[in-house]
Amino acid sequence: MSAAATTSLPAAAPTTVPALRASRAPLWLILPALMLFTGVVLVPLAMTVLLSFHDWGQYKGIEPVLILKNWQEIATDPYYAEMFGRTLRIALITTAATALLGAPEAYILNRMSGRWRGIFLLLILGPLLISVVARTLGWALLFGGSNGLANKLLMSLGVISSPLPFLFTETGVVVALVHVMMPFMVLSVWAALQRLDPQVEHAAMSLGAGPVTILRRIVLPQIMPGVLSGAIIVFSLSASAFATPAIIGGRRLKVAATLAYDEFLNTLNWPLGAAVAVLLLVGLVLIVVGANALVERRYAEVSP
Amino acid sequence: MDIELVSLTKRYGDTVAVDGINLKIRSGSYCCLLGPSGCGKTTTLQMIAGFLTPSRGTIRLEGRDLTQVHPSKRGLGIVFQSYALFPHMTAAENVAFGLEMQRVGKAERTERVRAALAMVGLAAYEDRHPRRMSGGQQQRVALARALVIRPSVLLLDEPLSNLDAKLREEMQIELRQIQRNLGTTTILVTHDQGEALSLSDRIVVMSKGRIEQIGTPQDTYERPASAFVAQFLGKTNDFSARVEGAAPARIVVGGWSAPAPVGVRGPVTVSVRPERIGFAQDGLPARVAARIFQGNHWLFQCETECGPAIVVRPNDGLPQPGEGEAVRLAWRQDDMSIRDGSLSAGAAA
Amino acid sequence: MSRNGPLALAFHGLFVTFMLAPIVVVCLVAFTPEGFLSLPTNGFSLRWFRAIADYPEFVHAFWVSLGLGALSSLVAVLVAVPAALALTRYPVPGRGALQALFLSPLMIPHVVLGVAFLRFFTALNLGGTFLALLAAHIVVVFPFAFRLTLAAATGLDPALERAAVSLGAGGFTLFRRVTLPLILPGVVSGWALAFIQSFDDLTMTVFLAAPGTETLPVRMFLYIQDNIDPLVTSVSACVIAVTMAFLAILDRLYGLDRVLAGKGSH
Repeated sequence: MSAAATTSLPAAAPTTVPALRASRAPLWLILPALMLFTGVVLVPLAMTVLLSFHDWGQYKGIEPVLILKNWQEIATDPYYAEMFGRTLRIALITTAATALLGAPEAYILNRMSGRWRGIFLLLILGPLLISVVARTLGWALLFGGSNGLANKLLMSLGVISSPLPFLFTETGVVVALVHVMMPFMVLSVWAALQRLDPQVEHAAMSLGAGPVTILRRIVLPQIMPGVLSGAIIVFSLSASAFATPAIIGGRRLKVAATLAYDEFLNTLNWPLGAAVAVLLLVGLVLIVVGANALVERRYAEVSP
Repeated sequence: MDIELVSLTKRYGDTVAVDGINLKIRSGSYCCLLGPSGCGKTTTLQMIAGFLTPSRGTIRLEGRDLTQVHPSKRGLGIVFQSYALFPHMTAAENVAFGLEMQRVGKAERTERVRAALAMVGLAAYEDRHPRRMSGGQQQRVALARALVIRPSVLLLDEPLSNLDAKLREEMQIELRQIQRNLGTTTILVTHDQGEALSLSDRIVVMSKGRIEQIGTPQDTYERPASAFVAQFLGKTNDFSARVEGAAPARIVVGGWSAPAPVGVRGPVTVSVRPERIGFAQDGLPARVAARIFQGNHWLFQCETECGPAIVVRPNDGLPQPGEGEAVRLAWRQDDMSIRDGSLSAGAAA
Repeated sequence: MSRNGPLALAFHGLFVTFMLAPIVVVCLVAFTPEGFLSLPTNGFSLRWFRAIADYPEFVHAFWVSLGLGALSSLVAVLVAVPAALALTRYPVPGRGALQALFLSPLMIPHVVLGVAFLRFFTALNLGGTFLALLAAHIVVVFPFAFRLTLAAATGLDPALERAAVSLGAGGFTLFRRVTLPLILPGVVSGWALAFIQSFDDLTMTVFLAAPGTETLPVRMFLYIQDNIDPLVTSVSACVIAVTMAFLAILDRLYGLDRVLAGKGSH
């Protein structure tokens, strides 16, 4: 920003800030970040893609050749189809559950008066910042441990007659994941609700619409982009979740993230682990980008 | 239809937003609630619409008590300040919404929506979404949406405040014409005195939750009932004056004097609109401190022994006094209103 | 004056219970006087908090996490602020691509980042070192610092900087006296969020940490893999308490919903 010192006539350039016009400045300001991301994000990712084409053997270790062995194994062995299927199923059910519970809750929150709204928003969004390990530990305690509080509660309420197995099951993983992901959905719908003109509900009311009609015809269509973008976030995070499936699902109920971890740190078959990770990344990027494009096109009129 | 407010009151804790308002609005008339922000005009409108419950008092439509009727059953047409158009619906869908709620058949609905949009000059914009319309167009859609349900009363909440000056003037004329043609009883809430003066049959000036004056625009402007109304409706000059002699007494403002109305005793304040003051041979001596050209008129800032004065003269091509020149100010007796010297509210002559 | 009906409030009550249940249970069990997992029905005890001191791995891991969080969030802010300012102030070519790149760690699953970092740092012979952890954490928390600074800088009225320039301020003075004070809430919130992210991260770190550089979440995770006892609940309760304190500061400073709007969304 050396040009600043020589600039004496600011009025000469009314459209840009003279002190900020120095042509090299942006390069120097961005360069550290650019170097960091090239060196520590792009290069490692490229190396991982390359790694997924390498060979590996129990005794010979990693062999830097370019073959399709790992990819063929993933494509042909039904174990991987089952594992990715489970990952997808868990992510989809979690997404649906957060949307069905989180969207109404955001709406209820938005209708509360100022002080309560602030308190409950803090209580509901706060867990987002609390360690996933601590939160999942809580579910492990509720599901199993020596008590199995969740089952006791559900049975005393008469919801179920005999204890449900939660620990080491997909149900348990989904319940804990819904808890972990819920703040993202509430936050996303909340943001959409904040953009809503509060007079719009009054307008509908003055035109003769009852509460159900207002909800269905006026509010829901307008917060739908928020629900969908929340769903995209929740889906991608659930599909790649590690801590929750690892702790609640245990060693046998593998999902993509826990399988990659196993291949890298237990089996030590890095090339195969890399292939699983790359497939997860590519699949998620395609789904997320595609879904985003669909949402944007469908709701061009509503989202600003 | 007639609408009547009877000692309507809204309290929030210890503060009184609307303080026992009584008002009767005749069928087909165009009434305007005018006042600064916080005067209670919007609260009054919200209570009429049903979005707020009055703390006390009633609202009657054609003699029927509306207070317990749910907002969705009141059948009022409302144009909101933000327009409150449904962003996910096209212009036609917005206008059709109220008819759908009334279960109007599809054929009739389409016909009425088309007619309503044509009335506001948006026949070609049926399929446009609000986001892709200008502020003026959105305003018209909001108006069409409120009118298409043939409301008993049309409520307008600062409907023109988001438009630029030129568009606002056009819309004022259009709004007035549409209202005349349909004959819908209309209540307009605004803080813009120009809007109130040009649009309404009757102006209700409000301040601090109370009604200051009710009258025709001309009446209210010419004979303000209080200092507040005089100040709020356009500029005015306040001069301190004396009442001299007895039977006949004269009211004296420096070098200007006129017979005093019966019963007026000094000291008093007289109030004269800037455009009613002229330069004359005789009158209140003054010095022109500044002369400002404003296109179709001149504005003079003068100093007098009775206080500063603003004089507005039409730009009629005749020579005008220059800055620093000594002049004399005069006005017709009818053009002035007299208040007690204490500056509290006093009756006009 | 809540406008919610009784049904909505009942739903709300269940919802909040669901959100708080696991956290409350962890905190309660941490106070048990028993030697096994149980709710403290016979009075509260601090025995399991005292027991943390006898397990040096947790104490060490806590210090690693704290140092890692402080350093990585600091470096991330120092690198992110100039970049965010440059991107909002200049017509930088490829601005969209650069922004996408700087926010990409939000989009890339952390398990993939962990795999990639493990591969990368092992190839550099830095596997398991604190330096590798630090570099990885800087990248992962960068988007949080970047995004909040970007939002603050975008919301800045350019006329303010022009006014300062017209009054003779330039270069670093302009930044220090005008720009920085105005974007400071965003920067500080970005830093705090970055710190929490680093302090909490498990998925990526679990690939990189080695004995000696294990962070607290990694230590807790590995401990839980073996067995769950009241000790790990008391450690969790401490972590929850630390996070709550940060949360309160963030909420005061910037409004929690605004801070979190920058988390996780693409």
